[in-house]
Order: sequence, then C-alpha cells, then structure tokens
Amino acid sequence: MAEKLVVIGNGMAGIRTVEELLKIDPLVFDITVFGAEPYGNYNRIMLSPVLTGEKEFEEIVTHNDQWYVDNAVSLYKGKEIIEIDRVNRKVIASDGTQAEYDRLLIATGSNPFVIPVPGNDLEGVVTFRDMHDVNTMMDVAKTQKHAVVIGGGLLGLEAANGLMQQGMSVTVVHLMETLMERQLDEAAANMLRTSLEERGLNFLMAAQTEAIIGKDRVEKVRFKDGTEIYADLVVMAVGIRPNMELAKKAGIHCERGIVVSDTLQTFDPRVYAVGECVQHRGMTYGLVAPLFEMAKVCANHLAKHGIGRYEGSVTSTKLKVTGIDLFSAGDFVGDETTDELVFQDKASGVYRKLVVKDNKIQGAVMYGDTIDGTWYFDLLRDETDISDMRKNILFGQAHLGDSGHGEENRIAAMSDSAEICGCNGVCKGDIVKAINDKKLYTLEDVRAHTKASSSCGSCTGLVEAILATTVGGDYSTAPHLKPMCGCTEMTHDEVRAAITNKELKTVRDVMTGLEWKTPDGCAKCRTSLNYYVVCAWPKEGLDDYQSRFINERVHANIQKDGTYSVIPRMWGGGTSPKELRAIADVAEEYGVETVHVTGGQRIGLYGLKKEDLPTIWKKFSDAGMVSGHAYGKALRTVKTCVGKEWCRFGTQDSTHLGVELEKMTWGSWTPHKFKMAASGCPRNCAEATIKDFGVVCVDSGYELHVGGNGGVKVRATDFLCNVKTEDEVLEYAAAFMQLYRQEAHYLERTAPWLERVGLTYVKEQIVENEEYRKELAELFRESQKYMQDDPWAERANGTDKHEFEPIATITIGKTTATA
Amino acid sequence: MSAVKQEANWIEVGQVEDVPRLGARVIKTDDGNIGLFRTAEDEIFALRDECPHKKGPLSQGIVHGKKVTCPLHNWNIQLDSGEAVAPDEGCTASFPIKIEGTTIYIAI
Repeated sequence: MAEKLVVIGNGMAGIRTVEELLKIDPLVFDITVFGAEPYGNYNRIMLSPVLTGEKEFEEIVTHNDQWYVDNAVSLYKGKEIIEIDRVNRKVIASDGTQAEYDRLLIATGSNPFVIPVPGNDLEGVVTFRDMHDVNTMMDVAKTQKHAVVIGGGLLGLEAANGLMQQGMSVTVVHLMETLMERQLDEAAANMLRTSLEERGLNFLMAAQTEAIIGKDRVEKVRFKDGTEIYADLVVMAVGIRPNMELAKKAGIHCERGIVVSDTLQTFDPRVYAVGECVQHRGMTYGLVAPLFEMAKVCANHLAKHGIGRYEGSVTSTKLKVTGIDLFSAGDFVGDETTDELVFQDKASGVYRKLVVKDNKIQGAVMYGDTIDGTWYFDLLRDETDISDMRKNILFGQAHLGDSGHGEENRIAAMSDSAEICGCNGVCKGDIVKAINDKKLYTLEDVRAHTKASSSCGSCTGLVEAILATTVGGDYSTAPHLKPMCGCTEMTHDEVRAAITNKELKTVRDVMTGLEWKTPDGCAKCRTSLNYYVVCAWPKEGLDDYQSRFINERVHANIQKDGTYSVIPRMWGGGTSPKELRAIADVAEEYGVETVHVTGGQRIGLYGLKKEDLPTIWKKFSDAGMVSGHAYGKALRTVKTCVGKEWCRFGTQDSTHLGVELEKMTWGSWTPHKFKMAASGCPRNCAEATIKDFGVVCVDSGYELHVGGNGGVKVRATDFLCNVKTEDEVLEYAAAFMQLYRQEAHYLERTAPWLERVGLTYVKEQIVENEEYRKELAELFRESQKYMQDDPWAERANGTDKHEFEPIATITIGKTTATA
Repeated sequence: MSAVKQEANWIEVGQVEDVPRLGARVIKTDDGNIGLFRTAEDEIFALRDECPHKKGPLSQGIVHGKKVTCPLHNWNIQLDSGEAVAPDEGCTASFPIKIEGTTIYIAI
C-alpha cells in the first residue's frame, strides 16, 4: 500500500512539490491537500495583472478541480488545518476533518505584515496577498475615489498601479526616502519614481503612519508630523512574515521561519516544509524561483531519490508594471571592497549598474533596458570571472560579438508580431499566448510548446525576458545548475567527473552507474554520454553506435529529404587533378544534382542515396581521399591561403602549416564542430579570426587566436599568444583542442565555452603552464592514435553493412528478403 | 482496389537479430519505406518511415524506451502507436508485427 502524504497549503509551493513528485512516480504516495482558500491553486504572483484588469482570475488558476481528480490527489478546499498531532501522525482541520500521514509537507506560505497602528482593523483596510484582497480592492474601486498604499516596495507599487488602473487616485506612502530600497539604488529608484509620477501616482516619502482614522470604515490616514490625507481604501503592503504558527504549536523548531535542512526536512524528519514559510540556512524567501527549486529537491527526497540538495538561492526581481522594465539582483549596494560599473542615459531612460568584487558580479540594477538582466544574473550565479569583458560588459551581451538581435532590446515595447525566433518563425505574440494558455513557467516548457529558442538558441535571452515579463516579474529563469536533460538530475560536469572517477566506459555503464531515470536515456543525453565516454577513454571506451546521431553513424550528412551529402577531405584546402577527377566521376555516375564548394574550402556532393554511400566511398578511397567529417562534432576543416609559397605578401608557409594541422587533428571527436584556419599574413584571407583555432602568420612567427566562429553569433577570436615555430603552433593547437574536448559541454562550441570559463583561465592552462600544455598535447596525440582510421574506407570494406541495406523489399503480395 | 482479405496477410521480413538493438532497419515497399525498430527489450515495431512533422526518415533516428527521435527536428514518436509525444501533435501509420521464433512478420 502506498504511504500517505498530507500537504498543508494549496499554494504554489505545495502544489509544485506535488507536481514534481507525480512526475517522478505517481504511485509512491496517496496525496491529500488541505487549502485554507476556497479555490484551486492559482498563481499568486499574477494577482497584480488581475488587479489592473489585464487578466481575469480564471486565467491565473493553474490547477482546477479536474487536475486534482485526474491526478488522484484528494483536495480539501476552504479547510484550514488548526493542529498537527505528531504523536499520532495526523492533522486536524477547523471543521474537525482529520487526515493521517506518513509524511507531512507544510507549505503554509506567509502572512502580510499589518503595521500596529490604531485603526488598522477598520473596514477598508486590506493587505495585498490573496484573491480575497483583490476582490475587496476592486469592489471599493467601483464606488470610491481615494486609495492610500502603505509601502513603496515591489508589492506596494504593483498594488498602487493596479488601483490607479481601476480609476482610483492613489498615494503611495513610504517610510524610506527612496522606493524599493531593498531592490534599487537611489538613481534607479528616482527614475522609477519619476516614471510612475508621470503615470499619475502620488508619493509621500519618509512618511511614518501614526493612525488610521474613521468611524465605521476608513476615512483618513494620519502621519507622525500631524498631516492627514483622505482615504477610502488603505492597502498595507509593508512586507510578509513566514506563516509558522501551526508548526510552532506542534513543537517544530522555528526561528524566523520553520527551520529546514538542505533536504527541506524540519527537525521532525517526517515533516517537510517548503516555500515562504521556511527558513533555510538563515534565509527566508518571498519570491517564486527559490520555491520552485525547493519543490524539486523536496519531491526528490520524498520519492527517496535523495540525490538533490537545496543549497539556497540567489534571487532577482522584476517589477510587474506594464511598460516599466526594471531588474535587480544580488548585492547592488556594495561597500568599500567593491567596484561600481555604471551606465546612465537619463534622456533615454536607461540605467545600469553592476557591483563587482574581484572581477565577479555581486549584484545588478537595471532600469529601462533590462534584456541583459538574465545574462548578468547568470554571470552572477556562475561566479564568472569578468575581467576579459569588463570594458564592454555594461553595453550588454550583444556587444561581445553577438550579432543576433541588434537593437531589439525592449521586450515591453515590442509588438506581438515581432519575430523572436528566426529559426522556427515564432513571434512574440505566439510565445505570450502559449505562456498564458498553457500556464508555462520555465524556459524548457516554452521551448517544448513553441519551439522558440530550441534550434540555434541565439534568442534564448529574448525568450527568457518574455517569460519573465509575462509570467510575472520575480520569476527567475533557469535553475542555477542545469541537469543534462530530463533523464538525470546531474549536470554535464558531474557526469563527466563520474565517467572518469568511476571508470565508466560504456554509455550503458554510465546510465546504470549514475541511476538514470529513463531506461535508455534520450536522444539528447545518449549522444552527450557517448562523446564523454569516447573522450575520457579513447582506447578502451566503447563507442556506442546507436548513441550517435545518424550523421556520425553513416558518416554523411542527412538532408531534409532523407538523402545524404558527402564531402571528402582536402588537406588544408588543397586538391589535385586526380582528386577532382574522382569527384567528377562520382558526381556523374550517381546523378548528383548539386556540386557545391563549401565555406571550408571543400567540395560537397548533394542528394546521394544512402545505399550508394559505401560504393561511393570505395571510389574516393581508391583515389586516396578520406572522410571530410563534415557531418560530425569533430575537426572539420583547416582553411588556408597560399601563403608565402605564392603570395607576394606572405610571411610564412601557411598552406604547409594548415596541412600539418589537419593531418594532426583529423578524425578527432569534439564537443561541437571545430574549425581551423591559417592565414599567411595579417591580411588574413583565410579568415582565421572567426575560427575555433586560427593562426595568423606574421614576419616574426605565428599569432594564435581562439574561440571564434561565424554562424549564428559571429564572434571574433580572442588573441591567445605569439609563437615562433610550426612545432609550437601544433603543440598549442593540440593542447587547446584537448582542453576544449575535456572541459566543454557536449554541443558547446569554443566561443560560449571560452566566455563561460574566461580567456584568462585558458591562458593560464595553455600559455602560462608549459608543463600542463605539453601534457594536454600528449593526451591529444595519444587519443588520436585510436581515432585516425578512415571511417569511409572501413565502410567501403563492409563495416556496418546493415546500415546501408534494407532488411527486406516488399511489393504487394510478395517479398524478397535481402538481409 | 484490391480485395480485402479476412485474415491478416503476414509477410516475412527477416530475423530479430538483423535489426540492431536500440536501432532500426528499413523495409522498402512500392508504397514508400517502413521503419522496423528494435528496443532494448527486443520488442519489434514497424512505423511508416515518415515523421508526421516534416516527413523525416524515422528509421534514422535514435531509439530510446519505446520512442524514436526524428533525426531532422527531434520530434519524439511513440513506436507502438506512431503518435508524437506531447506537446508535439501528429501521428504516423504503424503496422502490426508478429514474431515466431526469431522470425519477424509484418501485416500491411
């Protein structure tokens, strides 16, 4: 029989945990949920748009009654639990309803803080916490004029904006000198205040409320200095307090919240707690992102998949006031040990400040243009060393060589028809609609449903920004450490470390050894795992044929109609009459429609049938040509110019160097495609400065450049160093490739990898540490011993024959087996 | 139109071991290709070799569980029903399979 799980609290944290649990295993628990409110679960952070009239209540309901029925979750709506009997393991509701539990989850959220002044219980004084409050506010707004909002923080401003939209004249009363002082510095706060005043809000700053005055209902608010203002409605939005009374009464240890461990257990290990009611490592949280992270860990632990730990959250904030883009994260004030990087353009309404300590971002405040907020937030959470981009960082990611989306920065100002994802033709309106209609919360959800940012990924920042503005501002984007895929909780780095440390040498061993959640993984993780195994164990690891993408299985490129393209290798871009003749013969014999010169100085044949591939390769083999690996996450091409052999400007023999580089590196598998080039002089005709590894010959030797690429996001290389000899070029190239092979995530090109780890780091490993450079180069050369067998020649000789032949050929009524 | 037979017309197409585990083979017919898939548990399934999305050849995809991922745009298709895995929507035809001993038969 399944164990019984009782959840106290039918809000976002409790239900998110239940959802995560159902995803892992719907049968572990009989689940019962008690909710004090008379509704199904709704998205509390969307109360602001309901108040402004931009949304209806029905639109923010995330789980209706049917959901509970469909998932076999018993729901008691409108029943407040008043006692937890830990001895007999049961909970008791105010109407006497009881439920027994094996495990208990407390998700009672928080209560709004009501300031202790006379008159705070008068009719017309409300908080801004639940649907009941919103209904009260909307009712009053229908007949009355004057609203006073006490509290100039996030919640207060959203309430004020909502009431103004409902037609009331609103005054925001704030104890401090500046608005949102916990999220904004003075400059940003003043810009915000100016903008809100232009919209019609009134502000009373540094005002301390002394009393709320009225006979039957509120009439006036009086302040310490004796002034009074009229009020038909007073909204208290001065903060929240964890709701821990119930837990306290049951003897569960509480401080400022219910104290929980990294597995979200209270001092009674049968009792868990998540959300705003908890205190974890001394912190309490009032935003939704941490609560989702907690839910995941808690569900894992409840399902006895006890691998995850909650280690606290860094949060970011956005204000949900339509038309105002504002972002804040981390420590944005700083102290004498930090630096401030500031960009301010008052006339354009743009302000950005980064607080930096030891070249790491500690906090960020942005006003006006917040598209880069998610990027800064990632840099903050990943503790990325920003010394390499410090000079340009304030101008945003677009100025680090990302040519992606130009000036399209202001999400709020973009029209619904603006195309966001150019690969899949998805517009802003499509994304917003999917998020609203399908109740999407995460980037992954949006990708699955709309395909936006699921192909090349260059619009990820825009999609995240749309998600943040649509779902609600304080929702932060992706979890800090991203699992490889849905089949595991482990990150790429953790999996790689385990493959090495636990000596896992087949994809199957990895999935078994690391407790994969799916029987055979998925297309995403299997290809990654296979690469990691092959990279870690070049000699004895099993290259799993069925875990390779089709192109790497058949050593040709699948095209949109299911035919294949074939591109033979031409060392350093050089060829000969004999090779050209072989290519021409194949093209004629197999009726090739398109012969095309590629960007990497090769010749491609398109539209070939799969079953013809082995015989075609035989012909190329006979002409001395090998696979060009144009289909693989592998060394692709080394592009060269003719160098000093012919060119009057040439300084070194770039062609010879290119051929040597290609002979050394061909056949190696890499996390993503890897392209090289060697130019004979700084005129750089081989375009070496947009390659993963580029060499520019100069009179004194060779300049080495790394981390460039054309394509989706054009990125020019970073300069690595100068060397004197060809042998050194080869050693640096081998070492750089090996470092990239060992440390980049699968499908991560050198450019994003370099930006993630920083050029400084790469220089430390390769330029400054001679010993390690030599070690890396040696590892690379060792690995190459097992990689440089021409896959085409092997298949021309019968390897994987089954791949290229049908198992049977059938015509109506008769069959010819060919296998 | 050809006459409809009462009982399924089983056609022999090969041996289980001819299809790689977690892989697929192609059956050529005069009415387009059929993909023949083998799971880790040695179950055999047959689907029209066309993804409901943009007709990608499913037989060239990666097989995992009882699903195959289309090589063109990564749609996941259920091997037993031919249905696309949500949130994608669409369906490709599936064909009955029977195995006697180690021999695979298909009904078209």
